[in-house]
Amino acid sequence: MSSNAEWTMQSIQLIIDKLKHKPGAMLPILHAIQDEIGFIPDKAVSLIAQSLLQTRAEVHGVISFYHHFRSTPPARHSIEICRAEACQAMGCRSLEQHAKKTLGIDYHQTTADRSFSLEAVYCLGNCATAPSVRIDDAIHGRVSLDKFDALIAEHQKDMKEAG
Amino acid sequence: MSRRIYVPCDTTALSLGADKVAEAIRLEAEKRDIPVELIRNGSRGLLWLEPLVEIETAKGRVGYAAVEPGQISALFEAGFVNGNDQHPSCIGLVEALPYLKKQQRLTFARAGITDPVSLKDYESLDGYQGLKKALKLEPQQIVDEVKASGLRGRGGAAFPTGIKWETVLDTASEQKYIVCNADEGDSGTFADRLVMECDPFMLIEGMTIAGLAVRATQGYIYLRSEYPVAHRLLNEAIDKAYQAGYLGANILGSGKHFELEVRLGAGAYICGEETALLDSLEGKRGLVRAKPPLPAIIGLFGKPTVVNNVLSLAAIPYILDKGGQAYADYGMGRSRGTLPLQLAGNVRQGGLVELAFGITLRELMQDFGNGTLTGRPLKAVQVGGPLGAYMPASQWDTPVDYEAFSAIGAVLGHGGVVMFDDTVNMGEQARFSMEFCKVESCGKCTPCRIGSTRGVEVIDRIRRGNSADKNWMLLEDLCETMIDGSLCAMGGMTPFPVQSVMKYFPDELKARGESA
Repeated sequence: MSSNAEWTMQSIQLIIDKLKHKPGAMLPILHAIQDEIGFIPDKAVSLIAQSLLQTRAEVHGVISFYHHFRSTPPARHSIEICRAEACQAMGCRSLEQHAKKTLGIDYHQTTADRSFSLEAVYCLGNCATAPSVRIDDAIHGRVSLDKFDALIAEHQKDMKEAG
Repeated sequence: MSRRIYVPCDTTALSLGADKVAEAIRLEAEKRDIPVELIRNGSRGLLWLEPLVEIETAKGRVGYAAVEPGQISALFEAGFVNGNDQHPSCIGLVEALPYLKKQQRLTFARAGITDPVSLKDYESLDGYQGLKKALKLEPQQIVDEVKASGLRGRGGAAFPTGIKWETVLDTASEQKYIVCNADEGDSGTFADRLVMECDPFMLIEGMTIAGLAVRATQGYIYLRSEYPVAHRLLNEAIDKAYQAGYLGANILGSGKHFELEVRLGAGAYICGEETALLDSLEGKRGLVRAKPPLPAIIGLFGKPTVVNNVLSLAAIPYILDKGGQAYADYGMGRSRGTLPLQLAGNVRQGGLVELAFGITLRELMQDFGNGTLTGRPLKAVQVGGPLGAYMPASQWDTPVDYEAFSAIGAVLGHGGVVMFDDTVNMGEQARFSMEFCKVESCGKCTPCRIGSTRGVEVIDRIRRGNSADKNWMLLEDLCETMIDGSLCAMGGMTPFPVQSVMKYFPDELKARGESA
C-alpha cells in the first residue's frame, strides 16, 4: 500500500463514473479510490455525494463506519496485528506490546518517518498458525517476537534500497 | 517425463512462506535441469504441516511437511523429486495420514487435491454435476432436494436452508437475489476461506443452483476485506465460469440466467450479521435491521433474498449431485450431514476437520488436535467464535450437535474451536468479549452499544476488587439486559463468554482484586 499524491478531482471523478452505475455502488467506489490513492481524500466526499445523489453526511458516515477506510495518507507499510481469541491463545498480547515498543507507536499511529502504521485487526482467518500479522497484503503466520523483528528489518531494507 | 510438484497457495501456506518455497523449487529444478511441473494446489487443511509440498509418484502423492525455502537444495540432493520417503521431512502418502483418512469429507472432497482455479480439475472430480442435474429440475424440486438433505445454515444460526429457499421461491417478485455471506469474522474459523481459496467453483456452482431454485438471476458474494487471497482466486474462478458458460444469460445453453459478483466488505464484524450485511451491500453503514420482515421476503434492495453462509452454499452441489438423502445419511438427531470444524489457537495439529455431527469435543481436540502446541494442559476451549461460551473440562464430552450444545448454554456457531492452555487468564478473556463488542457494535441498539462499554468498566472494577460483590451482581444484570434487549446476536450473545467465565472460572475474574 503506498500513497499516491498524484490525484486530482478529475481522476477521482473518473473512478466514480466507472462504478456509479452499479447497484449499491458506494463501497466499490470507496475501495477503488483507496486502492488507487491510498486513502479517501476529504475532497472526494462531495464528488461521491453528488454522483450518488446522497448527502455529504451520508458519505462521511459510511467512510467513518468501516475500519478499513482511511481519510489520511497511509504509511509506506501498514501493519495489522490480529488481536482475536485464537491469536490470544498463542501470545498475541505480548506480540502487541513488543510491536508497540519496537515501532515506538500505539495502535492507529504512524512512525515519525512514515514507514509503518500500526492497526489492530480482529481475525485474519489464519487461526491454526497463530499469532498472525498482516503487512500490506501479505499475511504472516506463527509470528514470534523474533519473526516480527525480522519482518520489520526486511521491509526497512527494501525501503532503503528503493530510496 | 516431468515430475508434478504441488505447493499450496492458500493464505496459511503463504503465511508460512509457500511462495518462496515454490520459487526455490523452480530455480533449483532449473539449475539441475530436472523437468518439473509446479502446481499451486489448494490446502488439504492440515494446516500445521504447511507449507506441505507434495510430489506425485506411482504410489500416490508423497508429502514433505513444513518445508522452508532454505531446505530445497538439500531436498533435491536427497532425491525428493522421486518421492524419497526416508527423508526426515517426508510424511509419506498424504492421503494415508490418519488426520485426513478419518475425516468424512463431502464439502472438502477436492480441497488440496486440485488447482483451485482449474475448471478442468474441478470437472474431473464431480464438479458441476449438481448444476447439470438442477438444470433438468423445476425450482420446487431443487428446494425439495435441499429440504430432504436436512441442511441447516452453517453460518451459526442453523436455520433449515430448504425452508429459507422455499420462502424466497414462494414470494413473487420480478427480481430476487442470492447473497453469500463470506464475512467470516469469527476468530478460530477459516472454513469459508478454505472453500474460497481451495475450491471456489464449488461455491459458484452452489450459488448458481440456489439461483435456479428460487428464480433469482443475480448473486453477490459479500467477502471480508481481510481475505485478499480469496478475493483474487474467487474473481479468477468467476471469470472462468463465465467463459465456460456456467454463468451468464444462458447457462450451458439452458436459457437460464445467473450473474455473480464479489463485493468487498471493509472491516466490520457486524456485517457478518445478515441484515447489516444487506445494508452494507446497498452501500450504507452496516446497521442491523429489525426482523421481521425476513430478508427472504424483504431483503437486498427490498427484494426477496436468500442469504446463506459459504459452507451452506458449498454443500449444495453434493446434495444435488448425490441426492438429499445421501447427505442426510450423515449426522445425528436434527443435525444432518457433515460439519467442517476448525481447530485453532493453542493446538498442535490445527486445521480443518470435516466430520458427520456426533464426535465429542474431547475426541476432536485429542485425536485430531493432539493437544496443545505448548504441551501444557488444556484449560478452556471457546467454540463458535467470540460470541461462544468458554467451555471447561467438564463439558468436553459434549457431542458436536446443535441441540447438545445449546442444551448446556454453548453454541456450535460456525464450527471454530479455539483451544487455550493453562496460562490463559480467564478474567482477561471475559473483559475482551465486552471490549470486542464495544469496538464492533453497529451502535443501533442501546444494550449492545452502551452495555458493552459499561461491561468493560464493570469487569475492570471487579478485577480491581472495587466493590467486587456489588459489581458482580451488576454484571449479571447487565448480561441479562444485553441478552434480552439487543437487536441481534452481537449484543445478544456477547454475554455468553462472559457468563461462562463467571460460572466456571469465577476465581479468575475475582483473583486480581483479592491479590491486589
